[in-house]
Amino acid sequence: MLELKGLEKKYGRNYTAVKKMDLTIREGEFFSILGPSGCGKTTLLRMIGGFETPSQGQIIYDGKRIDPLPANQRQFNMVFQRYALFPHLSVWENLAFGLKMKKVPEIDLRTRVNEALLMVKMESFAHRGIATLSGGQQQRIALARALVNRPRVLLLDEPLSALDLKLRQQMQVELLSIQRRLKHTFIFVTHDQEEALTLSDRIAVMNGGNVEQVGTPQEIYEYPKTPFVAQFIGQVNTIEGEVKEARPDTILVSGAARRVLMVKPSRDGQRPLPVALPGTPVKILVRPEKLKVLKSAPGPEQNAIEGTLREVLYQGAVTQLFVMPRDGSAPLIVSQPNTAVTARRSFNLGDKVFVAWLPEDCLLMGREAALPVAENSVSIAPPLLTVVGPPPESSGAALA
Amino acid sequence: MESMEKIRPRSPLIAKLMTAIAFLMLYVPLFALVIYSFLGPSAGPGSPQAWTLEWYRRILVNGEVLDAFNMSIYVGIWSTLVSTLLGTAAALAIERFRFPGRQLFDMITHVPLIMPEIVLGLALLIWFVVLRITLGPFSMILAHTTFSVSYVIITVKSRLQGFDDSLEEAAHDLGASPWQTFWKVTLPLIWPGVLSGALMAFTLSFDDFLITFFTAGVGSDTLPLKIYSMIKFGVSPEINALSTLMLGATLILVVFFFRPSKGAPTHA
Ligand SMILES: Nc1ncnc2c1ncn2[C@@H]1O[C@H](COP(=O)(O)OP(=O)(O)OP(=O)(O)O)[C@@H](O)[C@H]1O
Ligand SMILES: [Mg+2]
Repeated sequence: MLELKGLEKKYGRNYTAVKKMDLTIREGEFFSILGPSGCGKTTLLRMIGGFETPSQGQIIYDGKRIDPLPANQRQFNMVFQRYALFPHLSVWENLAFGLKMKKVPEIDLRTRVNEALLMVKMESFAHRGIATLSGGQQQRIALARALVNRPRVLLLDEPLSALDLKLRQQMQVELLSIQRRLKHTFIFVTHDQEEALTLSDRIAVMNGGNVEQVGTPQEIYEYPKTPFVAQFIGQVNTIEGEVKEARPDTILVSGAARRVLMVKPSRDGQRPLPVALPGTPVKILVRPEKLKVLKSAPGPEQNAIEGTLREVLYQGAVTQLFVMPRDGSAPLIVSQPNTAVTARRSFNLGDKVFVAWLPEDCLLMGREAALPVAENSVSIAPPLLTVVGPPPESSGAALA
Repeated sequence: MESMEKIRPRSPLIAKLMTAIAFLMLYVPLFALVIYSFLGPSAGPGSPQAWTLEWYRRILVNGEVLDAFNMSIYVGIWSTLVSTLLGTAAALAIERFRFPGRQLFDMITHVPLIMPEIVLGLALLIWFVVLRITLGPFSMILAHTTFSVSYVIITVKSRLQGFDDSLEEAAHDLGASPWQTFWKVTLPLIWPGVLSGALMAFTLSFDDFLITFFTAGVGSDTLPLKIYSMIKFGVSPEINALSTLMLGATLILVVFFFRPSKGAPTHA
């Protein structure tokens, strides 16, 4: 188990790249650190690896403080963003480098290097020079060079960012299968939210040097705790308004055009209603795939906004529809899976339509930050496991 | 290759002419020197001069010339060693560390390149006298190191500028101590720069006249000094032969270090 306690990194006197961070990473976990460029991900990873001295705080591994140790004395290995393979050594020598430093006997060294080459499917490249490898091959060698040392924790700094999409997806799968097999702890830095969602057991979302939320991909996606997390992970529609009335199970929000929208706790209880006094300025956040486009107004159990269909974008698996609300507020993005009946056939540009969604499928946040949640309402949440599964399917008339 | 040749515009006649003249001015004297070094004494007026290696033989048995040659090699090797060590260390310090006065230090390293040699020679002479350093091989080594080190710093620095720092971090990450990292990663990668710096230092030391002249003292002539003192008695075929040998040695060195560097790139 790797624990970060109040870890902080200052550059110069008044720039803090990583702020008072507390984080626990479990043994054997695929843990991602996700955040926009410049939020401090690399800085955090470099502190864990021993390449950057923390300004404050502790790094504890297996109950022992490791932050005073230099990088060559930590049982961690790093895969660098630009691979950092030694250009003057062959593939084989690159892989053997770490083992030689640790004075592993020659016979062991051979078997381990061969194993590692096999693991990344590069056994026929052992005696090639680094400069003769393609980007994807270099990536594999960089991974193998770290893995051959059997690190307790493997640190990966955006290792796939230089690869094209196809290779990237292929490497994601391989990375995951290697991690599942070896059961090493992987700490994976990325700014690609899809990659983080696909690969991780848990994700820490960072912003401006802070961790905004730590959770499983489902928790992060379905139950973002802050507006930043909601907006950074996936697409989200934002509707601004003001709290009109707070009932025990529903909060009513009045939108700009005196439309009243309802917000209810999610059906699985994972997302309790926040505490919001009438008059509080709020945002309603709702994912594009939770919205439906209807030709007529839905029943009173659903939220609805009337508008004009502005754009239909066919994207293969889904179709995105842009609806301009009647009150002139920001267009709503609706994402509908493409079934046999495609959206294009059902709607024409300029049609008057209704965008509808269930009150359970949206989130209520303050304008800048999350709203507080009452303590007792958290306790009614069922255990974590029940969350795993398809998101609750909203009923109501779909396209047809 | 051929298609590339075709794209290039033809050079105008005047350019060709000027190139030819420049080459002529540069190489005809050298050529003459080489030719003369191989020409034997004429048997009498009217009879042609014959090809001979006589002058070379005389040079090679001339004890004073051999002493001067040994001195040149001795000074050259030591000043090369010292300036390569110092220069590489200085280049690493300038490129890797932030320390007060770094910029100034960086600038100062260029001074010997632009300073008139005679000024440097005189300054060194005065300095050695002040410090009571006996003029001789030791003072020459110090003097040669003073200017050679700049060249080493510049060649090593240019090699370090393309160096990917994460390579050293990677070595460290794989368990190498700072010392091991230097020997296994940093040095092999900057080696071409170090080598060409060293070759340049040796060539400069071997060929230097002015600064050596000021700092040599009595009885420790290097080859260039020896040639100069021989010229005082007139240009002899022996001098031509000796100069040709020096030319040859220098050419060999130059061919070595102007060869396109085949070292690995300093970044992956
Ligand atoms: N050595 C340094 N000196 C000063 N500031 C630094 C240094 N290294 C990083 N920073 C600053 O710290 C902040 C965080 O940098 P970091 O490299 O950790 O970001 P990141 O999240 O990895 O970004 P990216 O996704 O672009 O790699 C940035 O604003 C950066 O400018
Ligand atoms: Mg980074």
